[in-house]
Amino acid sequence: MSSPASSRTLTYGEAVFEATRSEMARDPKVFVMGQGVDDARGMFGTTLGLHKEFGAERNFDVPLAEDAMTGIGIGAALMGMRPIQVHQRMDFVLLCMNQIVNMAAKMSYMFAGAHKVPLVVRAIIGRSWGQGAQHSQAFHSYFMHIPGLRVVAPTTPHDAKGCLITAIRDDNPVIMIEHRMLHNVKGVVPAESYEIPYGKARILSPGKDITIVGISHMALECVRAKHLLEAANIDAEVIDPVSLAPLDIETIAKSVERTGRLLVVDTGWLSCGASSEILSEVFERIGGRRPFVAKRLGYLPTPCPTTKILENLYYPSPQSISQAAYQLCRGADAPAWQPGKVDSNEVAEFRGPF
Amino acid sequence: MYLIRRVEEEIIRLYPTDKIKSPVHLSIGQEAVAAAVCDHLDQSDVLFGTYRGHALYLAKGGDVPRMMAELYGKVDGCARGKAGSMHLVDPDVNMMGTSAVVATGISNAVGAALALKMQKSKAIVVCFFGEGATDEGAWHESMNFAALKKLPILFVCENNFFAIYSHVRDRLAGPGLLARSRAYGIDAEHVEDHEPIKLHERAGEAIAAVRRGEGPKFLECMTYRWRDHVGPGEDRVHQYRPDDELDLKIANDNLKIVSSLLTDDVRKAIEAEEEKRVAEAIAFAEASQFPEDREVYDHVFAR
Repeated sequence: MSSPASSRTLTYGEAVFEATRSEMARDPKVFVMGQGVDDARGMFGTTLGLHKEFGAERNFDVPLAEDAMTGIGIGAALMGMRPIQVHQRMDFVLLCMNQIVNMAAKMSYMFAGAHKVPLVVRAIIGRSWGQGAQHSQAFHSYFMHIPGLRVVAPTTPHDAKGCLITAIRDDNPVIMIEHRMLHNVKGVVPAESYEIPYGKARILSPGKDITIVGISHMALECVRAKHLLEAANIDAEVIDPVSLAPLDIETIAKSVERTGRLLVVDTGWLSCGASSEILSEVFERIGGRRPFVAKRLGYLPTPCPTTKILENLYYPSPQSISQAAYQLCRGADAPAWQPGKVDSNEVAEFRGPF
Repeated sequence: MYLIRRVEEEIIRLYPTDKIKSPVHLSIGQEAVAAAVCDHLDQSDVLFGTYRGHALYLAKGGDVPRMMAELYGKVDGCARGKAGSMHLVDPDVNMMGTSAVVATGISNAVGAALALKMQKSKAIVVCFFGEGATDEGAWHESMNFAALKKLPILFVCENNFFAIYSHVRDRLAGPGLLARSRAYGIDAEHVEDHEPIKLHERAGEAIAAVRRGEGPKFLECMTYRWRDHVGPGEDRVHQYRPDDELDLKIANDNLKIVSSLLTDDVRKAIEAEEEKRVAEAIAFAEASQFPEDREVYDHVFAR
C-alpha cells in the first residue's frame, strides 16, 4: 500500500488535510470554499489554517446558500479554477443537487467538450452522538446514478489522501464521500503525493469462503466482522470499492466467482442504493454461469433515530454483518451462531458535537 | 439586431419542415437588449444566458453557421448536435453555454466573475436572465455573494413580463427588482421598452463602472416577447395577454426604431450583408452531416 521509507501514521482527517495542502501548494488554481472552512475547527482539521498559509481568498467561508455556492464553484471551475467545496454534513448537499446534476454533470457533454468542470465536492456523512434524521444521511447512490459524475468513498487514510489528490487533478466533477466516523481513524500514509485511480477496488483482506463488500465506514465494520467469523471457521474476503462511480465490478465479481457468496454492506439505505447496483452488476457479469447466494445490509428503512438505543438498531454492526455472512455460508437452517464482541471504537468514543 | 431578427424569422420559416427537431425559444421583439449590452463587450468578456439565447449568442459574435448546424442537430454544430437551441455555446467569443433550468446560470456567472477577480483579469462577466429567474432563491443568493465579494459582473434582467404565461404581477411581491437589487447594495437601473438608445447608453455606463472595479451592477430592461414561450408560433389563442398589448409592441418595434436612425444606404448595406450571412449559415447547416452513432458516448467526461 505504501513505501515504508516515506510513510507515517496519520488520521484520515490529517490525510485529507495533507492532500489539500499539498495540492494548494502545487497549483495556485486550487482553492477551498465552504461554511466554516476557515474557522477555529477547520472542518474537523481538514482545512485548518489553510487561509493563513495560502491567503484568505483561497480558503474562505461562504454564506449559507448551498445552491448558489455550488453554482459559483462550477462557474469558477469553468474559468479554469479548481475549487474544493466542503459540506460538514451530506444532508445539506441536497440543496446543491440542481447545480451538481443539471450543471456540473452536464457541462462537458451538453457542450461537446467546450467546457469542463474541475470541481471537488467533499460531503461528510454524520453518525452517532444523536445526529438524528437530518445529520446522518448518505446520498452516494444519488450521485452514482448520474452520468458525468465521479464518486469516491475512500475508507483508509491512505486512500483518502490519494483519492482527494486524484479528484483535485481531475478535469471533471468529483463527489468525495467522507464518513465522520473515519476522520479519527489512523493508518499508514506516504508523505509524497500519489493518486488513487478510479474504478479500482481494494481487497482489504483476502479470504475464500465469502465476499463481503463494505462501503466507506462499513468497510471497517466488515473487517471486524471478518475477525468474528474466524471463530466459526469462515474465511471472509473483504473488499472496499473505494471508487463507486466508476465501480470496479471486475474485482468484486472475480471474488464472488471464487467464493460463491456475496454480502454487500452499505453506509446507506438499500432501496435503489449502491448495494443494489453492486449486486445487479455482479449478477449481470457472472449470473447463470456461476451460481451464488447474496444478501445486502444497510441502514434500516427508516429515518435515523436520535436516541442511542434505537440508533444501535439502525446501523449494521460487526455482529449483524458476521451473522448475515454466517447464514450465507452455512444456510438459513443452520443452528444459531452467536458472534463474539468487538468494539467499534470510532463510534463508541465519538462525543460530537459535530 | 437585424441579424438576430432574420435568423429567427428563418427558424420560423424552416420549423414546419421538421429540420429543427428541438424546442426553440425565440427572442423576436427582445433583440435590442442583447444587442445594446453586447455592443460594449470585448471578446474576452464572459457572457452567460438562458435557453432564450439566440439573440445573446449572435450579439456576442457567436458563429452563425455553427448555430444553425446546431439547431439542425448536425455534427458541425457548436456542440456537435448535443446542445440544440437551448444550450448554444461558443468558447471562442466567451459565449458560455446557456442553461434551460431557470436561474441556474446566474450563480455560474458569479463564479466566473470570482475566477476573473482571483486571476486579476481585466475582463468582466455579463449575466442575462428573465424576470422569472428572479423568483428563484438562486438569484438572491447569487446577488448577495456578488455584492459581498464586489465581483466584476453586470446582471441584465430581460423583463418581458411573462414566465411562460404567468404574469410577473402574479409572482412578485413588494416594490420590484430595483429595490431588491439595492437591498444587496447593488446599483440598479431600469430602462423601458422602446428606448434602445437609452438602453445602449445605460448599459455602457454600467459596464464601464464594473470595469472600474465598482462591483456588480443590475440593469432591468423592460422588453416584450412577440412569439409563444416556446415554438415558432404566435400564442394569441391562449389569451393570457390582450391582443392590443401585443399589437402595440409590434407597432413600436425596436428594430424599426434603430433602423430609422440610419441612412437608407447604410441600412441597406447592413441588411444585404446580414442576409448573405443568414443564407450561408442555412446552407452550411443543410450540407453538414449528422454525428455518427459512436459520438453518443463522447464527452460524458472531459478528456
